[in-house]
Amino acid sequence: MKVLMSGNEAIARGAYEWGIRFGVGYPGTPSTEILEEFSKYDGVYAEWAPNEKVALEVGIGAAVAGARAIVTMKHVGVNVAADPLFTVSYTGTNGALVIITADDPSLHSSQNEQDNRNYAKFAKIPMLEPADSQEAKEFIKIAFALSEKFDTPVFLRTTTRVSHSKSVVIIEDPLPGEDKTEIRITPSKYVMVPAMARLRRLEVEKRTQALREYAETFGENRMEINSTEVGVITAGMPYNYTKDVFPEFSYLKLGMVHPLPEKLIREFAAKVKKLYVIEELDPFIEEQIRAMGLVVAGKDVFPFTNEFDPGVVETALKGKKPTTVRLPEVAIPPRPPNLCPGCPHRGLFHVLGKLKTFVAGDIGCYTLSFMKPLEGMHSCICMGASIGMAHGMSKALKEKGKGKVVGVIGDGTFLHSGITPLLNMAYNQGEAVIVICDNRTTAMTGMQEHPGTGYTLQGAKAKELDIFALAKVLGIDSVRVIDPYDIKNTREVMREELARPGSSVVISRRSCVLFKRHQTEIRKPLRVDVNKCVGCRNCIGLGCPPIAWRKFADMPADQVIKNAKKQEGNSFIDADLCTGCTICQQVCKVGAIVEVE
Amino acid sequence: MSKKSSIEKINPTEVKSVLMAGVGGQGILRASDILCLVMMESGMDVKKSEVHGMAQRGGCVTSHVRYGSKVYSPIERKGNVDILLAFEKLESLRYLDYLKPDSRIIINELELYPPAVNLGDMTYPGQAIDLVKESFKTVKVVKAHEIARKAGNLRAENTALLGVLSQWLDLEITMWEKIIWEVFPKKVVDANLKAFHLGRAA
Repeated sequence: MKVLMSGNEAIARGAYEWGIRFGVGYPGTPSTEILEEFSKYDGVYAEWAPNEKVALEVGIGAAVAGARAIVTMKHVGVNVAADPLFTVSYTGTNGALVIITADDPSLHSSQNEQDNRNYAKFAKIPMLEPADSQEAKEFIKIAFALSEKFDTPVFLRTTTRVSHSKSVVIIEDPLPGEDKTEIRITPSKYVMVPAMARLRRLEVEKRTQALREYAETFGENRMEINSTEVGVITAGMPYNYTKDVFPEFSYLKLGMVHPLPEKLIREFAAKVKKLYVIEELDPFIEEQIRAMGLVVAGKDVFPFTNEFDPGVVETALKGKKPTTVRLPEVAIPPRPPNLCPGCPHRGLFHVLGKLKTFVAGDIGCYTLSFMKPLEGMHSCICMGASIGMAHGMSKALKEKGKGKVVGVIGDGTFLHSGITPLLNMAYNQGEAVIVICDNRTTAMTGMQEHPGTGYTLQGAKAKELDIFALAKVLGIDSVRVIDPYDIKNTREVMREELARPGSSVVISRRSCVLFKRHQTEIRKPLRVDVNKCVGCRNCIGLGCPPIAWRKFADMPADQVIKNAKKQEGNSFIDADLCTGCTICQQVCKVGAIVEVE
Repeated sequence: MSKKSSIEKINPTEVKSVLMAGVGGQGILRASDILCLVMMESGMDVKKSEVHGMAQRGGCVTSHVRYGSKVYSPIERKGNVDILLAFEKLESLRYLDYLKPDSRIIINELELYPPAVNLGDMTYPGQAIDLVKESFKTVKVVKAHEIARKAGNLRAENTALLGVLSQWLDLEITMWEKIIWEVFPKKVVDANLKAFHLGRAA
């Protein structure tokens, strides 16, 4: 049967069809839907781990027990999982282990655009790269077969375009999930002390050599010989972009990007007059081909940064930009992502902005508060960095930093990698104030469960972590809970904690406004009473999407109602968008914001 | 009513494309899913692409749909889109460089203010439609909001716009109806079918 599937859905489907019944991962765009979709299939066990390192370790454990496990994460997640990754390459897997790395060229939803093909070479693990959803479904099966055949973890790499584009997939009946698990004790393979790891190290080289030979005849490293004027070596989505513009070229499309098939590449190079490597991000394939002594063009004409599209390929190879229509000369206001109407983070960052502190931020929706007008965040490096950075800053600043350094982290990110830095801050007598924005879910990636939500990925009731008690037991001197919809109390508590010597944690607790589980109150939308508004712009300073500034200069004269001498306009609230959170009502000093009748 | 000559004929050797553009939360991804499913139903190869994640938070959202007998790339190159379906007025301006001189455009007459406009730092280009009309011959302006209201469900704006788009595509009406039946939950199917038909007649 033909269905329309995203690359992520197709990976989940392929794993299920191949009889895989064990999955674990950590949510992160563009990888999240793989495990979500996989978890819905019959007979499957799937769980969210609190971070990618734990996810990989759970996957390794399952594989050592004889299961075949899929582990999913985004590209930067592999950094977190890198420690077990490099050594599971030595031990091999017993059952089977496939790690999905979903890379994000163009940084659509990431803090960097690292090219994780480098991890394959670095950790000596084979890597497959599909170009569309049908291939994604087939390649995940090949990945598991390779893992079993060569006793190795296998990477399957996608990019955002492969994960999130949809194309036609032929679905098949699933194979039954066979249970081959048992306890087998083989310490020489799994206890990686130096003496034994040295021996496994030799096995890794033998395995890589065997994989190199396998790659030469691997069916998904395929040649398409058309005109021999130009030959293109490519893999993944850039294959589609190039085929689209230059169907007349010859192609060597690599399904496996590590290790590379040297003989096949030489054979292809010999057939064509001009050889190109077309790959996004790093010259990963190109450099290896150059090392073979072959003449090849690549990054001399193609960009190192951002994802490609057919236009990028066309421009690079033809040397001219496509002609477009004459564009109107008008300033088009940008439309960046923004905190939602009614977002609880808005109240917190309104308060933090007024306190003139350095806010070491973290990764989640709240990162969006760095923008105008809130401008409430001053650093964002990686998951969990806020706490360690705030602690390090306040230690380095000494007296200058007293009451001036705040770390802000979401509940999901705190559980991902905030616990150890908080322990460190308590133990080393830090003075920073850490705010945990507990919106009761993993909001940014689309409401995934975590240990603080009380439910598992597959919907079972779980033990709900008590973040308050955890902070206390880690040794934090003062732990308090605030409601970020209550501006006065939020301001008071933040002032008190910044003034207090010792370590503080403030839990800013209010459910994400989009998360239905905790929405019990019915709130009326608000409006601006123009007979009271003095045009002070306090509410505008919240950057809430329904609140707009209306200049008197743009209004018909009979609609202008002035309530203050220097007033230049008034605010307007779009009732269709307003959730009635009342934050703007609380910052209005003249009581001009009232409920819609 | 649409004239027969304005219908986008499907030429098996040629890949055509529709670009949908709007704001997170407007149902663009659902709309482009439906379009793809109707294309598949009529026997074509189809691919679509959009970006999820951060962009959903009120940011601009686009979805490329490409169809033909064999489609490679899920995204269209600049200067090559056949039809632009803008779910919001200002968003119709943002992607004009993706169009050809003879591309056709549907604009939903709806203004959603981006942050810089809300703050008073920039002006909303209220004359967007006139600007688009200066460069393109075929521009259809509709009020999908009103169509959806008439159909009895304000969230059916996206199906109303698909109805408008369907005037220009050579696809059987029964296929559209079948997919709308399959895609929506029972209680909103009727409103969406109604919105689609009202859009098709608009």
